[in-house]
This record gives sequence, structure tokens and C-alpha cells, in this order.
Amino acid sequence: MSSNAIIFITLSAVLSGVSFFLDRKKTLTGFKRGWKMFRNVLFPFLGILILVSVLLYFIPPNVISQYLGANSGVIGFSIAALVGSVTLIPGFISYPIAAGLIQQGASYAVVATFMTTLMMVGVVTLPLEIRYFGKTVAITRNVLNFVAALIIGLVVGLILGLIS
Amino acid sequence: MKEFFKKYQNYIWVAAYIILTVLSFIFGFNPGKSIFTNFTQSFVEMITFVPFLFIIVGLFDVWVPKEKIQQHIGQESGVKGIVLMVLLAMLQAGPLYGAFPVAYLLYRKGASIRNIFIYLGAFSSMKIPMLGIEIGYLGIEFSLARTLVSLPLFIGIGYLMEWYLKNRHFEVRDGSQ
Repeated sequence: MSSNAIIFITLSAVLSGVSFFLDRKKTLTGFKRGWKMFRNVLFPFLGILILVSVLLYFIPPNVISQYLGANSGVIGFSIAALVGSVTLIPGFISYPIAAGLIQQGASYAVVATFMTTLMMVGVVTLPLEIRYFGKTVAITRNVLNFVAALIIGLVVGLILGLIS
Repeated sequence: MKEFFKKYQNYIWVAAYIILTVLSFIFGFNPGKSIFTNFTQSFVEMITFVPFLFIIVGLFDVWVPKEKIQQHIGQESGVKGIVLMVLLAMLQAGPLYGAFPVAYLLYRKGASIRNIFIYLGAFSSMKIPMLGIEIGYLGIEFSLARTLVSLPLFIGIGYLMEWYLKNRHFEVRDGSQ
């Protein structure tokens, strides 16, 4: 069993125990809500796992490390930042993709840039954002977040490079 | 027909994959078998921690009163206001565009421009369910580093937006037009 499983199972068991001791009814409601959320993401999640399995088979690791690896430089960052900004992958199911990329040789900096732009910059949802904030503000927010995402990618890559 | 596909898209995708995998094993199609090995690994990885993460998220949802925090938004300013905003954002779920209507609500409740943009920043990348899955897939070091680097930047963006929008008659609209 992976250390992940051990950590999450232990933590959920301890929290459930405490919660159950404090309030049985509330705990059951919590379980129900958790189950409902899990059910909602399960099939999209399975879809992504299938997609990642297929892609990992067809894209050889050296291609990924060449374009997204530690030595990919500006190209890697540009690909990550652009793809992350334009695509609309729910944050939740993008993590298996990120983990797959790292496993195949992509650098932490590039993956952090990809994840951050994915979360913070939304080109596709810009028209919707404009309805709430107006054109100038929505565009400004996205540009600022794009710059922030690049900084986050670089610094996270640097920090993880130092400790590993 | 098109609607049918859209509605059951995820199920069709999984069903098609199962059929193709079974066929691969019957006819000895090797790429199909290797892809299945990849899939099994990632499936086991997922199923051994994600359901437990949702137990934790569900319990959080019932024990931490989002409504109560929301009541204080707008009244608290300064550091306390920022902390409340980040906390409120962390308790949410869903994609960023789901945060825009909430931003409008917060604006109506009197939250400052700075805090609204801090909320959007924290919402986009510090939601608890997402942090959980991030720790699971990319490790606690990655999550911690990313969060600690991101937080000051969001707060900075909040201040920057406030400074930029001062005297510009900015308002958050309800999204109906």
C-alpha cells in the first residue's frame, strides 16, 4: 500500500472517529456529502485515468522530457503556460495528468506553471468573467495571474530543486 | 442523439475502454495490454486515497460553518479580513467561474475590492479538496511550496487591483448581461 493511502486512510479514520464521538448525525451527513461529491467526480476521473494511460503508452518519455523537462527552458514554460491558460480541465482531474508528466520526465517548474495557469487563468471563461467584472478588469486579472503563474512555476521549481 | 452522448459521455468512454481492453486480451493485442497495466496502476493509486479524501471533505463541510464566516465578511478589515477571505475560499469547491457569482455576493455584502481579488486567487488554487488531491498526486512538498509562493502573490494582486481601480467607479455586476 502506498504512503498516500496510509496517510489518507488514517486521517479520515481519526477524523471520523472524533466526529462520530461528538455528533453521530452530523457525521453521517458528512459521509453522505462526501460520497455524493465522490460519485460526481468518479466517472470524469476514470475517463482521465484512461486518457493518461493511453497517452503514456504512445508518447515516449524522452519526448516529454525534451519538451517539458528540466532542460526545455523557455519552450517548456511557454507550452505549459499556453496550454494551461487555454484549456479548461477541471482542477481536480488535472492532477493525474500532472503526476504522469512528472513521472515521464517533465520538470516540477513546468508542471507547476501548467497547473497554476490552469487554475488561475481562464481564456475560455473570459466572456463569462467580463459579465461580472467588465472587460478591462477581467483582462487585467487574467494577465496579472498569468505573470504570477510564471513566477510561481519558476520559484516552485527552484525550491523543489533545492530540497530534492 | 447528440444530447444522449453528451449526458452519458463519461460512461460511454469508460464502457468503450472496458470493451476494447477485453478484446485486447482475447486477441492478444499487446498495446492494449500495456495500456491496461498503466490504467490498473493509476486506478489503484486513485482508489486507495481519493474516497478517503472525500470522507475528510464531507466532514469539513458539516463541521466548518461556511455561512458563519460569510456573515463576517465585509465587517472585518485588515489582516483579519484577508484571513477570513482565504479561509472562506478554501472551503469551496468547483471551477473558478463558479466563484464569480460568489464574488458578486461578497461585493454586495461590502467586501473590499482587494479582498474580492484575494478571494478569487485563493479560490483558484487553495480549495481544500484540491489541496488534498494535489498532496496525493504531487506530494506535500510540491503543495506546500506552491501554496506558500502563491499566497503572497494573490494578496499582492489584490492590493494592485485595489490601487488600480481606485477612483474608477468599479463595481462587480450580477452577471446577467
